[in-house]
Amino acid sequence: MPKPKIAFYWCASCGGCEETVVDLAEDILGVVEKVDIVLWPVAMDFKYKDIEAMPDKSIVATLLNGAIRSTEQEEMAHLLRRKSQYMIAYGACAHLGGIPGLANQFSREHLLKFNYEDGPALANERKTRPQLKFTDPNGREPVLPELHNVVRSLDQVVEVDYYVPGCPPTPKITRQAVTALLEIRLPPKGSVIAPDIALCDECPRKGSKPTNVSFTEFKRPHEKLMDPELCLLAQGIVCMGPSTRSGCAAACISGGMPCTGCFGPTSRVRDQGLKIMSSLCANIAPKEEPEIDKVLSGIPDPVGTFYRYGLAKSILRRKMNMPK
Amino acid sequence: MTTETQTPSPDGTWTPRIVAFFCNWCTYTAADLAGVSRMKHASNARIIRLMCSGRVDPQFLVDALAKGADGVLIGGCHPNDCHYVEGNYKCLRRYQMLKRMVADMGIEPERLRLEWISAAEGEKVKRVINEMTETITRLGPLGIPQKFDEWDREMEHFAEHVAAREAAAAASARAEAGTQTEPVETAHA
Repeated sequence: MPKPKIAFYWCASCGGCEETVVDLAEDILGVVEKVDIVLWPVAMDFKYKDIEAMPDKSIVATLLNGAIRSTEQEEMAHLLRRKSQYMIAYGACAHLGGIPGLANQFSREHLLKFNYEDGPALANERKTRPQLKFTDPNGREPVLPELHNVVRSLDQVVEVDYYVPGCPPTPKITRQAVTALLEIRLPPKGSVIAPDIALCDECPRKGSKPTNVSFTEFKRPHEKLMDPELCLLAQGIVCMGPSTRSGCAAACISGGMPCTGCFGPTSRVRDQGLKIMSSLCANIAPKEEPEIDKVLSGIPDPVGTFYRYGLAKSILRRKMNMPK
Repeated sequence: MTTETQTPSPDGTWTPRIVAFFCNWCTYTAADLAGVSRMKHASNARIIRLMCSGRVDPQFLVDALAKGADGVLIGGCHPNDCHYVEGNYKCLRRYQMLKRMVADMGIEPERLRLEWISAAEGEKVKRVINEMTETITRLGPLGIPQKFDEWDREMEHFAEHVAAREAAAAASARAEAGTQTEPVETAHA
């Protein structure tokens, strides 16, 4: 019997998700034994035209990481969707837009200008920008991908069957997803492969979470000497745990840092950022506007804090008043 | 959700659409009083009754804007008068942060308004709705559903691109085969 075909692909991502696949360590040998990898640009040499030549639905599953923000990524997402039985959004960027989604606060012109003209570490005196087309010395005209105005999660571009959350997904979550696929023990379509309960549930500091949190100030992790045992909310540190899906075994908190929300919201929450904002802000101590604002000034960048990974999938998706 | 996102006034021009979240115990009762007292105010506010301003999830407000509202109004009991003791304070604290967040997302914070209106203040309901209608009229339509449509138009180019490429591939295949037969039907998207 032929082995099931699997594809890994990356779009707007940092490579951390690919790293997690490698982090399966010896377990990856078991996976490689059972499947036939047909595309994995980070590790192996395949050509897109080989994928194009395959019959539709002949790949069992594509694990695609990264947000979609260029025409090439959009095209590959459509191609792999057509060739695959299951499309799996792998990692926070494909799931929620991730860190690249924060670019939805800026216009494309702003991003290009900074990255090719104004950035302090640049040496680009002729202010060369990426061109979509040019003629090479042999008279050929290569066409390069165009940057989209809007960064999108994978499911804003093609239909997605499952989500594997995390920045990056932990080896445990990855193993669960791959095992479920190979053994065809699949949850309902559209599921996020992680427990549908907030992170606090599996947090080692859960016992010290106060029944009534009452914030008198917010501190960022570098502004304070943190108690390594006490609930971070009780210490006035913004921790996204209450509005974030569990499944990572509280990895960041165990390492002494607050949760930043990479597993995304549980199924009952539409907008992760607004939900944690609602929860944290309702529980600050003062009752008068000036004192309230003073406490809230401890969160200087609410969009970047509450939507660290979720801006592209939030209700508003992108800043409204931008030049095209 | 893009249907009928603007409120046509009798002469066909745009007028603001405001979604108002009023608490059961004070502001909703005040709106009722304004009605019973036959006070006239702008008809731009759609009132949604909630048990408490503390029940106003910021998701409700932003969702209303995203679905075509031009402004959102919250009405609650005066400080120290909340039926549930603390709900209006929770609302105020969320509101203070939400104003900063919507401003960061490029929406004028004036499109959000929080007012304490007791059950006896029918007159204030009238004044606040009129003032807010005026403010939003001055700001103009917010039009988020139209923004969403505009943003997603860049994705339609992909379908055109694929059609063009497939046509080119078919053409070069014909040239290679050297068969100059009739033009092939390549325009499938």
